[in-house]
Amino acid sequence: MTALLPRRGIAQILALIVILAVDRVVSPQFFDLRLQDGRLFGSLIDVLNRGTPVALLSLGMVLVIATRGIDLSVGAVMAICGAIAASLADSHGLPMVLAAALGAGLVCGLWNGFLVAVLGMQPIVATLILMVAGRGIAQLITEGRIVTFSSPDLVWLGNGSVLSLPVPVVIALGMLILTGAVVRGSALGLLIEATGGNARASELAGVGTRAMILSVYVWCGVCAALAGVIAAADIMGADANNAGLWLELDAILAVVIGGTSLFGGRFSLVLAVLGALIIQTMNTGILLSGYPPEFNLLVKAVVVLAVLLLQSPKFSGLAAIAAPLRRTKA
Amino acid sequence: MKGLPPVLITAIVLVAGFALCAMQFPNIASTRVVGNLLTDNAFLGIVAVGMTFVIISGGIDLSVGSVIGFTTVFVALAIERWSVPPLVAFVAILALSVAFGAAMGAIIHVFDLPPFIVTLAGMFLARGASFLLSTESVPIAAPVYSTVSDFALRMPGGGRLTAIAIIMIAIVIGGAMLLHLTRFGANVYALGGSRTTASLMGVAVGKMTIKIYMLSSLLAGIAGIVFSFYTSAGYSLSAVGVELDSIAAVVIGGTLLTGGQGSVIGTFLGVLIQGLIQTYINFDGTLSSWWTKIATGVLLFAFIALQQGLVALARRPVRKSAGATT
Repeated sequence: MTALLPRRGIAQILALIVILAVDRVVSPQFFDLRLQDGRLFGSLIDVLNRGTPVALLSLGMVLVIATRGIDLSVGAVMAICGAIAASLADSHGLPMVLAAALGAGLVCGLWNGFLVAVLGMQPIVATLILMVAGRGIAQLITEGRIVTFSSPDLVWLGNGSVLSLPVPVVIALGMLILTGAVVRGSALGLLIEATGGNARASELAGVGTRAMILSVYVWCGVCAALAGVIAAADIMGADANNAGLWLELDAILAVVIGGTSLFGGRFSLVLAVLGALIIQTMNTGILLSGYPPEFNLLVKAVVVLAVLLLQSPKFSGLAAIAAPLRRTKA
Repeated sequence: MKGLPPVLITAIVLVAGFALCAMQFPNIASTRVVGNLLTDNAFLGIVAVGMTFVIISGGIDLSVGSVIGFTTVFVALAIERWSVPPLVAFVAILALSVAFGAAMGAIIHVFDLPPFIVTLAGMFLARGASFLLSTESVPIAAPVYSTVSDFALRMPGGGRLTAIAIIMIAIVIGGAMLLHLTRFGANVYALGGSRTTASLMGVAVGKMTIKIYMLSSLLAGIAGIVFSFYTSAGYSLSAVGVELDSIAAVVIGGTLLTGGQGSVIGTFLGVLIQGLIQTYINFDGTLSSWWTKIATGVLLFAFIALQQGLVALARRPVRKSAGATT
């Protein structure tokens, strides 16, 4: 196909268009945008804004999954970093707050990466440890309370606007460009795919698989930290119990919808973010349509299954078997 | 015995932990506290038995917590709103659970998908379905419920061994017999060791996979019924996160997460250790409940690191000989 539209992304783009069209039917004002106080408002902007945390998480998650790993701890890391940012916000400047929160995310990622790359644990198990313990640690930081803050700098990070776009959206876009430039602008992306495709063969071919695995978990931790800071800034407080709850599942879902195989190998950053947007568009659509939000889970389950079945090699095998049958019938 | 050393370590941790707690709070060493510990963790123990089978076979089942939640809501609505006799409701929900497990197992096997993501979809599906049934807590007032809740065997020292604790212990014993004494159990170990080898040796891999997930969902359904006895209500948000607790219990119990090794007794001890941490925190009073999570995380890490070390030790000579032959 053309250079602008990679063939792999067509299904996702079509899916997004279909869901947007459904949303338009459900809510006629869906595409309305208005400029107010130098900032755009409207359902579309809302989708982008609400989708930011999952989009950020999926940026890290897609790299981890490309190495045939998985990071279940991102929700807990969000809670930890949000808690740190919220408790420092009123006593320190924004650079210090950001450095502390992102540093904590880096350490969390380093821990996960250490367990997977150095100790050789299964990724599900290794990150399960931080998933279980992380919320406890976050509550240790907030001392079991919901920490609120009023620092205008940090609030701006969640609610301000740049070029009439919400700041979180700009940050997510920046992270996408940064990650894309680093990963695709160098051989790094290829090496990550090689690690996921066959770690042993890549190791023998001279790829530093351990360093690759370690660095993707670190990056995933940093992305989660940023998502946590934004989530905290959005509600002007940190709730260790509920911040980022179940978002690890949404992030994995976004990556899967984006066409990256859970068995590692080829990945696409843009499609993972697109996956996050598809999920958020569905969420918003269900909310606008007046169905109970609980409906979300059912829809998500059906979507995951459908995407997985389409990706499954066995499924295309079945289709190949069915094709001659159909031909004989015709 | 293959699975013995890790189980032994779990047992030592449990006994040492219990002794430490008893030294600080002498009241812990009473049949009352032990009886409560068994009652409070009955549903977790039942689910963890199913999880043990799944993990030994090399899989994972993330849907169990949601199945428990769905079961409580379904049972409550069936008895209270649709006035179905409780026993019929139980049979219906267990049949539904088994069918659910069979469907997940079939998808995992036929389409060759990772169990993690298929059961994740199952988790969404079951939780979403229970939300659709009811988002409110539905109290159950059927006479069976008060009879079962009141029933208890007196233990010396005033402790009560409640009906649900007895159910849990019976399932642990039954599960241990099924895993360690039957052909089915041997096949579970074979699957976890290596699917290819198991299949070459004549194990019907597809049928076994489906049966294992059926068993896990069946036990989750039973745990859901037990949970509804425990709370006398059905609530769609009940048992959130139980899948993690049960995986933690299985790991602390010495079962290898890569499959092929483990025991039901170890899992039971793992459940008791988690219950003990909870009890200690309750007794202390000043510690918040989130210390449970941190302590569980630390224990998880310690046991997995230990396993990793044991596996590395066990593999070393094998790798050498394999290198020599090829």
